[in-house]
Amino acid sequence: MNTPFQIGSKRLNRPLRMPKKRVNRSAWGTFSLFALLTVFGAFMILPLVYAINNAFKPLDEIFIFPPTLFVRHPTMNNFIDLFNLLGNSWVPFSRYIFNTVFITGAGIIGHVLLASAAAYPLAKHHFPGKKALFSIVVLSLMFTPAVTAMPNYMIMSWLGLIDTYWAVIIPAFAYSLGLYLMKQFMEQIPDVLLEAAKIDGASEYRIFWSIVMPNVKPAWLTLIILLFQILWGSDGNGFIYSEQLKSLHFAAGQVVAGGIARSGPAAAVALILMSVPITLFVFSQSRIIETMATSGMKD
Amino acid sequence: MQTWWSLKWQQMRANKHSYILMAPYMLLFAVFTVLPVLVSVVLSFTYFNMLEFPKFIGWQNYTRLFLEDDVFLIALKNTLLFAVITGPISYIACFVFAWIINELSPKLRAVMTLVFYAPSISGNVYFIWLMIFSGDRYGIMNGLLLKFGFILEPIQWLKTEGYIMPIIILVQLWLSLGTGFLTFIAGLQTVDGTLYEAGAVDGIKNRWQELWYITLPSMRPQLMFGAVIQITTAFAVADVSIALAGFPSVNYAAETIVTHLIDFGTTRFEMGYASAIATVLFFIMVGTNLVVQKLLRKVGE
Repeated sequence: MNTPFQIGSKRLNRPLRMPKKRVNRSAWGTFSLFALLTVFGAFMILPLVYAINNAFKPLDEIFIFPPTLFVRHPTMNNFIDLFNLLGNSWVPFSRYIFNTVFITGAGIIGHVLLASAAAYPLAKHHFPGKKALFSIVVLSLMFTPAVTAMPNYMIMSWLGLIDTYWAVIIPAFAYSLGLYLMKQFMEQIPDVLLEAAKIDGASEYRIFWSIVMPNVKPAWLTLIILLFQILWGSDGNGFIYSEQLKSLHFAAGQVVAGGIARSGPAAAVALILMSVPITLFVFSQSRIIETMATSGMKD
Repeated sequence: MQTWWSLKWQQMRANKHSYILMAPYMLLFAVFTVLPVLVSVVLSFTYFNMLEFPKFIGWQNYTRLFLEDDVFLIALKNTLLFAVITGPISYIACFVFAWIINELSPKLRAVMTLVFYAPSISGNVYFIWLMIFSGDRYGIMNGLLLKFGFILEPIQWLKTEGYIMPIIILVQLWLSLGTGFLTFIAGLQTVDGTLYEAGAVDGIKNRWQELWYITLPSMRPQLMFGAVIQITTAFAVADVSIALAGFPSVNYAAETIVTHLIDFGTTRFEMGYASAIATVLFFIMVGTNLVVQKLLRKVGE
């Protein structure tokens, strides 16, 4: 890191607690806890392992009795079938991928910029209305988008956004969990850092852009992955009708709806859908956890 | 003369940069989150079909909802059942697994975090459960049960009323170790290690006492945040229900408040009535969250 302060990570990187300083832990307790972890770990991961293996199974292996978890003769046929299947529809498969990538990319960039800009004053400035604004944001964490879906549809249609990418992208900009996490994380930036910049004559915008933003990189990653999760798996929220604007997840739904004969391509599309966010998480895990450490609600 | 308002106005002018920085976000937040809630509440007292101007009808939508709409009562029952089961179980699971994982070495910890978090992050691929609970003998669940002789012919899992709810609960739990789980992992890593040493000196005997007297109280902020995430998700079951059980599901066995809302809002275009459903859901979610927040403040006191 070439930024002057490294927020939060110090406590997280401390060496593992030495067990001998701790109280007795019974061997039986340790054993049962790890048994619990193994059993439920298997429950979590086996469906994904099964889907990954199915993606590489030839058709006769998918329809084998009794069914098997692991693939014996891996093949790429399901992916070829998937591309052929969707290649024959009048919207090419690559278009669905482009739509999902575009919606995800644009939504994430806008959200990180807007949420950070709003989080900075909420974390570091004192102004009338600050408490009320933040309380409303916290309150909005307490209900799901399902509550607002219908009025949102009307608002979208007044604004002429229905059946455009923006109907999914723009609401994502104002996703409240992102603002909340960013604000909590920014509170850790030492005030002296900001005051020093102010004395040097930097404007608030310059402080935000050149001091605050570089210091909250771990939180960027967290916002990116949270929004990625939502937008990557989005099927258009019912705001998009045109086939050529629909998302990969929507196309996946259609493949799956093809039923039993499409089991192979369905597994292939599941693999494509899940591999990207999982890879992203593998590479950003420690940064995300660093951000989540500050996510707590103070009274 | 300095009135309260002119003082506030001065403060606001002095902080105009703060407002300018927040403006783009807050504008969108107001338009796409605050305004819809208000619109929903207002429309819930009207008859509105999106063609004619809304007509004020008082509490009629609500009386119809609770007194005449049998399917809504099924939806309400199912939603509360999902929430009562998946809410607490997922919350405790998030904590327990985070707690066990925290004891592992850093490398193993990273792997296990991924294992538990993977389902919720993998881009809504819950449709793979369709392959597991497929109604023919090639589905893995039927296949295993047939092979070991527990059943003689394949079960139509997702078309049989009695199985639909348990399967959705199972999948919902599978998906539920998300943001709350990560929060707990992170929270556990920030608990001050010296507290444990002090605790050992002060006579804490085993890991369960350590958990109750030291770990939980130190994590109260994260526990409260995690609760919000888990509760809100637990009341919002819909996508999984639609993907697995169909829409509408067999005999409304998997109907929830949200699917009922989708039914009236997007199929029947009874927007006033759908708004009443949304308003009820809003108050159930926010109300539960506020009550639980109050309770959690007492942890370890």
